[in-house]
Amino acid sequence: MSDSKSILTNRAALRAYAMIGVLAAIWILFHIITPGHTFLTPRNLSNLMTQTAVTGVIAVGMLMVIVSGQIDLSVGSIIGFAGGVSAYVMTEMGFSMTVAIIAAVAMGTAIGLFQGALTAYVNIPSFIVTLGGLLAWRGAAKWLLGGNTIPVSDEIFKGIGNANLPVVYGWIVAGIFAAAILFAAYRRSTLTGGESGRGLAGELLKAAFPVGAIIAFIAIMNAWQGVPVPVVIFLCVAFLGAFISNSTVFGRYLYAIGGNADAARLSGINNRWNVLKVFGVLGALTGVAALIFTARVGSALPDAGTLKELDAIAACVIGGASLVGGRGTVFGACLGALIMASLDNGMSLVGVRDFMQDIIKGSILVIAVGLDMMGRKQS
Amino acid sequence: MPLLEMHDIQKEFPGVRALDGVTFTLETGEFHALVGENGAGKSTLMKVLSGVYPAGEFDGRIVIDGSDVSFSGIRDSENAGVAIIFQELSLVKELSVGENIFLGRAPSKLGVIDWTELYRQATRLLGELGLSIDPRAKVGSLGIGQQQLVEIAKALSRKARILVLDEPTAALTDAEVETLFSILRDLKARGVGMIYISHRLDEVFRMSDRITVLRDGRTVATHPAAEATKDSIIAEMVGREVKDIFPEAKHELGDVVLRAENVDVYSVDEPDKKIVDGVSFSVRAGEVLGIAGLMGAGRSELLSAIFGAWQGKHSLELELSGSPITIKTPRDAIRAGIGFVTEDRKLYGLILEQTILDNMTLAALKRVSGRVLTSRSSERQAAAEPMRSLRIKAPSVETVAGTLSGGNQQKVVLGKWLLTRPKVLFLDEPTRGIDVGAKQEIYNEINKLAATGLAIVLVSSELPEVLGLADRVIVLHEGKKTGEFSKADATATRVMAAATGHAANTAFTK
Repeated sequence: MSDSKSILTNRAALRAYAMIGVLAAIWILFHIITPGHTFLTPRNLSNLMTQTAVTGVIAVGMLMVIVSGQIDLSVGSIIGFAGGVSAYVMTEMGFSMTVAIIAAVAMGTAIGLFQGALTAYVNIPSFIVTLGGLLAWRGAAKWLLGGNTIPVSDEIFKGIGNANLPVVYGWIVAGIFAAAILFAAYRRSTLTGGESGRGLAGELLKAAFPVGAIIAFIAIMNAWQGVPVPVVIFLCVAFLGAFISNSTVFGRYLYAIGGNADAARLSGINNRWNVLKVFGVLGALTGVAALIFTARVGSALPDAGTLKELDAIAACVIGGASLVGGRGTVFGACLGALIMASLDNGMSLVGVRDFMQDIIKGSILVIAVGLDMMGRKQS
Repeated sequence: MPLLEMHDIQKEFPGVRALDGVTFTLETGEFHALVGENGAGKSTLMKVLSGVYPAGEFDGRIVIDGSDVSFSGIRDSENAGVAIIFQELSLVKELSVGENIFLGRAPSKLGVIDWTELYRQATRLLGELGLSIDPRAKVGSLGIGQQQLVEIAKALSRKARILVLDEPTAALTDAEVETLFSILRDLKARGVGMIYISHRLDEVFRMSDRITVLRDGRTVATHPAAEATKDSIIAEMVGREVKDIFPEAKHELGDVVLRAENVDVYSVDEPDKKIVDGVSFSVRAGEVLGIAGLMGAGRSELLSAIFGAWQGKHSLELELSGSPITIKTPRDAIRAGIGFVTEDRKLYGLILEQTILDNMTLAALKRVSGRVLTSRSSERQAAAEPMRSLRIKAPSVETVAGTLSGGNQQKVVLGKWLLTRPKVLFLDEPTRGIDVGAKQEIYNEINKLAATGLAIVLVSSELPEVLGLADRVIVLHEGKKTGEFSKADATATRVMAAATGHAANTAFTK
């Protein structure tokens, strides 16, 4: 009875393992070829994770938009504009950090909802709406900043991008996550009547890998300066995103709408409303990413976030999402973001020239999707 | 010497033996029907013949005009005179009829298309078939029936001597079917051999010289059509006797559940064009109401408008269990207790790449799973009942819907709507393109559901289905209601007369 099911789960699992394998290979390769073998050191890994955070936060939202069959090309420009708003509110208007944070996230959400409304209710394709947004919000950022950078002086605000979690807190976070995973494993083994067929021992064994990974991760981050705050934010966003897409009605509707919009509509789903919401979610997350970016740089730049939309889309696609909609996972998108950041980080360490980095990243994106298509055809 | 011989054809897919020693011959000028349940191997056999599966991917011999052939692709088979017209037409809708006929081989001078010559030849070809289709018309502007004929013209322009037709009449009106058949007879007279795949046995018996039955990848038998009967062929197809396809079921009628008055529906593309014109009907608890009519009579549009799914202009009055109700969206309809098994399960019913479970719980997700958070185990529990009662054949509920046979896919869609606990269930072409065995199961299910007090509205292009299942039949012709018959009065001739608009008066004054 469980034949095809195990084939299915195996296939999805196989894909995840393959990606983890690719990531490991990239890391080992960089570690070997970097002068002084500095890639796999706590310091660099901490740096790498921080670099992943901005792209990763957007990729989680982008994944949900892509799953629903839409696309958003404007997030890079929104980072510029929302980041500009946060700095402007503090430095030029003298408001507190809290106001700045709320302003940036609210701005991102509002823009997302606006563009979502144009897509869902005015029937303008999201590609066009957000292509317009790509230009318009970049222009808005330049106009707001008057072509200059606006520095931020609030040290706590800068901490959003630069501070680290004290070692003890890191371990507490690890404990919470580990407990949550183990509890979920326990629940699976009892509540559903053992439908997975693994039993308690099997479920715990399966949970051992993520728990081990979390402990190792915290240990490595603590070996440098503790878990960076942007990484904490990214992980929270990732867990929340995975939860929404897997375990909520909203998430299921997104997959249904992207998989077959007509069937979804005829099944009583309000496609327009859900598309509007998912653009709102991405907008809010873009606001968060803008805060991390601005805090990390310590000032708002008119060209902040340029090309970030492409990084986020690439992360989703490398992670197995289909641009037609209906397929993709938050986990895959996060791994995709980590792979993209690893390439950036590693190539910089090796000293690959700028233009060469772009060529290599572009080629890897196309090759990754090509291999994926070939794999699908065979199965 | 036969025109075509296929000897002991075997074709294996990973884990499945799709063809297990099929032998088939076709004479010059013969009309040879190939019948069998879905999955019997008809399509696979035709893909072997057309080179979709190139030589080497299957075992066995293909002989044309007495000499062995081996095709490495579709081009080879076309050059050998084989043309296949698939169920899904392969025309480019945005191009003209002439361009489609000569697609890829347009007459040209120095690489520039010679349009005058192209349309001259196209006109001649269409003329030979006795068709009055404008070769410059866009294919998309033609009806499905005419498109089918264009497809045949295209095949003939390639000098096809072996013409394979896969369910060519599935989407045609009766008049179009007649045109098609007269053309096929003409081709037969010109010596074209035809392999005709169809589920419609009436047509098979009307046209065929011989009938070959496939079952489970094997040739069961080849009969001269004159020596076979419908019952014997069906028995061979399913491997068992089908005594009575429509089991006699007495439905206990209750109160009127749904009443629709003065339904007007306008075309989405041409907002002035009325597709449904002032149709009224009602259906009682436990009743099966059949809606008969030809393709394009407005039957699906009628249901779609009531369900809140029609995206064009429409107006209507609805009463549910005696009280007036407004339905603006499918969600309103589902809340009110209306379910809608739409036509074309692949386009409108299923999310093919998702699992049975995902599909089945979709319309009732908030009820069976949770308002905000989903629960996989509650969904499994909810889906277990329809899985069992509908006898859906799949390894588990986690099987991907797209990998199921048509019959099982249809059952998944039916299960999806049963989970919404409807009071009224609309069924639009519920048995199209599924095999005899699965059809029968759906018929039994319809009777079972009616027995539980569900009000059922059944739209079907297969007249025997409507007559066999419905307690009452209404007939639409060009958007208007042209007849209403009780089960006793509903004969094929009366319903057809109303459906073709010939007997509008007699139907009411009878």
